[in-house]
Amino acid sequence: MFCSLLSVFTTLAIIIILLSESWGFFQKVSLWEFLTDTQWTPLFTNKHFGILPLLCGTLLTTFIAISVAVPCGLISAIFLSEYASQRLRNVVKPILEILAAVPTVVYGYFALLFVTPLLKQMIPSISGFNALSAGFVMGIMIIPLVSSLSEDAMHAVPHGLREGGYALGAEKIQVALRIVFPAALSGIIASIILAFSRAIGETMIVAIAAGQQPRLTLNPLVPVETITAYIVQVSLGDTPHGTIEYKTIFACGTALFFMTFLLNMVSFKLKKRFQEVYI
Amino acid sequence: MSRASASIKAYDKLFQAAGWFTTMVGLFVLLVLFIDIFMDGYKRLSLDFLTSYPSRKPEQAGIFSAWVGTVWIMITTAMIAIPLGICSGIHLEEYARKNKLTDFIEINIANLAGVPSVIYGILGLGLFVRFMDLKRSVLAGALTLTLLILPVIIITTREALKAVPFSIREAAYALGATRWQTVRFQVLPAALGNIMTGIILALSRAIGETAPLITLGALTYIPFLPKNPISVSDQAPYVHVSAQGFLDPFTVLPIQIFNWVSRPQKGFLIDAAAGIMVLLLITLCMNGIAIYLRHKFQRRW
Amino acid sequence: MENLMEHEIQEKEQIRPGNPIAEAIRESVFSLQNLSSYYGTKKVLNEINLDIYGHSVTSLMGPSGCGKSTLIRCLNRMNDLIPSFSAQGKIIFKNTDIYSPNVDVTELRREVGMVFQKPNPFPKSIFENIAYGLKIKGISDRRLLEEAVEDSLKRSFLWEEVKDRLNDSAYSLSGGQQQRLCIARALAVKPEVILFDEPCSALDPISTAKIEELMFKLKEKYTLIIVTHNMQQAARISDTTAFLMMGELIEFGITKDIFTHPKHKTTEEYITGRFG
Repeated sequence: MFCSLLSVFTTLAIIIILLSESWGFFQKVSLWEFLTDTQWTPLFTNKHFGILPLLCGTLLTTFIAISVAVPCGLISAIFLSEYASQRLRNVVKPILEILAAVPTVVYGYFALLFVTPLLKQMIPSISGFNALSAGFVMGIMIIPLVSSLSEDAMHAVPHGLREGGYALGAEKIQVALRIVFPAALSGIIASIILAFSRAIGETMIVAIAAGQQPRLTLNPLVPVETITAYIVQVSLGDTPHGTIEYKTIFACGTALFFMTFLLNMVSFKLKKRFQEVYI
Repeated sequence: MSRASASIKAYDKLFQAAGWFTTMVGLFVLLVLFIDIFMDGYKRLSLDFLTSYPSRKPEQAGIFSAWVGTVWIMITTAMIAIPLGICSGIHLEEYARKNKLTDFIEINIANLAGVPSVIYGILGLGLFVRFMDLKRSVLAGALTLTLLILPVIIITTREALKAVPFSIREAAYALGATRWQTVRFQVLPAALGNIMTGIILALSRAIGETAPLITLGALTYIPFLPKNPISVSDQAPYVHVSAQGFLDPFTVLPIQIFNWVSRPQKGFLIDAAAGIMVLLLITLCMNGIAIYLRHKFQRRW
Repeated sequence: MENLMEHEIQEKEQIRPGNPIAEAIRESVFSLQNLSSYYGTKKVLNEINLDIYGHSVTSLMGPSGCGKSTLIRCLNRMNDLIPSFSAQGKIIFKNTDIYSPNVDVTELRREVGMVFQKPNPFPKSIFENIAYGLKIKGISDRRLLEEAVEDSLKRSFLWEEVKDRLNDSAYSLSGGQQQRLCIARALAVKPEVILFDEPCSALDPISTAKIEELMFKLKEKYTLIIVTHNMQQAARISDTTAFLMMGELIEFGITKDIFTHPKHKTTEEYITGRFG
């Protein structure tokens, strides 16, 4: 019983620590300023505490990652679930899992020192640190998450539904897209939401490859800073305990926690729903 | 054959090709990544590299304190996380009644599994480093990683137990086994393969984690090792046991790599690539073991 | 078909429960008194009164969903594993009501063994499967275990087939062998009663014949209760038969009487294949 309750204590501890430390932060900086100021410069003499630039960087890299991971992940999920032979699945799935098991710091290295130079040959104006290459590599990393969860959802669709389609003379693609895909939709959406949450919380790739310059921009070619990268940046420096700079990471952590918490909740509920339908 | 169905057949082929292509993209990138890192790093990989401390000169820098730190952290984490995770999984799956509280715990665990790792770093900073005053020690790092992987271990333990058919439990109960005898001697051994697979995957994830340990403030320049738990000397009592190592500061491989990646000198980037090769080797081995175990214990009930 | 059944029934020596001599030799092992049971609020057994005699085979027969499986699972309290289950009334076994609060359920299940519909050996070796029941009783002496395993396997006529591969996985056996292994496993804990919940429904005819033959021999030492919806099987192997429908006990008596002169119209309709 104690062991099981440990998880509840963990959540409580997260919330208490985040809130108590950011309470001190919001004593000095109003919530309004935090949410609307367009500059984030807590480490300079002229301090501004607007989270918008960090949020913007986070969302920019997240959307780039999602636009890589979701199409690729879904197509390969449909392919693996409906088209591929058992043998191919047995080979491909473990390799895809390795893709998810590679440490993120390795992806960061890859983005900074392989993808960015490659992109520079195509787009000369691109900066050494940029959202595009970090987002792209992050997308590659998330593909296995989308594809394996979506495949599970499609796998759970009863075989009878497919047979119904084939008996009417449908082609594989019609069965896959018109019957299996809609039937597994809630599970698929759950996997996409989880991918969002993962991309928002991803830290090392963006800390290494996207830069450390908070700015309010949608340009994927210039350096940006995400919420997570900022937390790493402050942690690396020797920021004294108790200062406002130290407290900013708790305020940022709170924002990050609630964003991902919300997405995880939605994903969990959706997943529960599709499990109830077919099991 | 009508024209409509011919064009659908064409789409079908097209889609299949697209499926092949996208599935291969991931594998292709993985291959490119391995080759790129190998080309960058293989020159630097040597016995010296494994037995040198970090240095200001890239040619002399090594990963001795980093990999020893990784081993320390992993063993400590495993010692705490595995018993807690398995106990919790067994309790939730075999003992706990279905009610509001267990529902809540279940949602909570699923949620924790999705919390970004950097948040766990902040938790560790507030709870272990500051509140419990463990400083930036091996123990603080291991406790943080324990909390990080605990939800994953609990979830995989539960799934593994769930996969053991009810008929096995029935058979044991019908022979007059108590609940504990049923779980301990039949259900748990039957699920053990899958549980081990899950635990190894979770630990391999923990090995690669960087962000939470950075947030914790794990120093990046550590030119020494944590104190050995058992040391031998020529004076009585000859063998000394010490827990001091758990309270010593540490660094781990991914942090060392991150530190080198963020330096401008080309030499450090080569060091980083060599460090990555070691890190990848460890994670790939663990994944390989996990895949092998899963394959071996796959059962037709 | 009819002739064959007639033939087999006549081969057996039957003792009527109503016969005073029989009553003297045989005491009732189980006595069910006004037994009702529920899943949640749904009533699945309605006031069953039944006496089951020792050293005989009693079959519980009836259409699907009649409550026969629920009834047999009351006898070793396996239904306790279903959270919504509840029971009223009494089941007297060895002078105590097994549903009274001070009964040790694990002790009861050691005296009342069970064999299930599908063979369910543990994913372990043949030896371990049989030794498990003894190990949980606290017996760990290797020699005692070996003796018990051999004895149980001989009783279930499996010894000759497996004696050279006791350490092989139980899953390497055929379905029929697995079921006999499950019977041997139940025998090893030395029960007085063995419950069979449709033991042959997942088996082929040859394996079924072997199990039936085995049951016929086992009744010399044990009391056997079998659930079946196969009427021929009930007629072939049992001494007494209970016919249940919709949670009610319609008729109970000597198997031969039930099949040749059923007292109730429903029984007759079921036996002649009018429904079910």
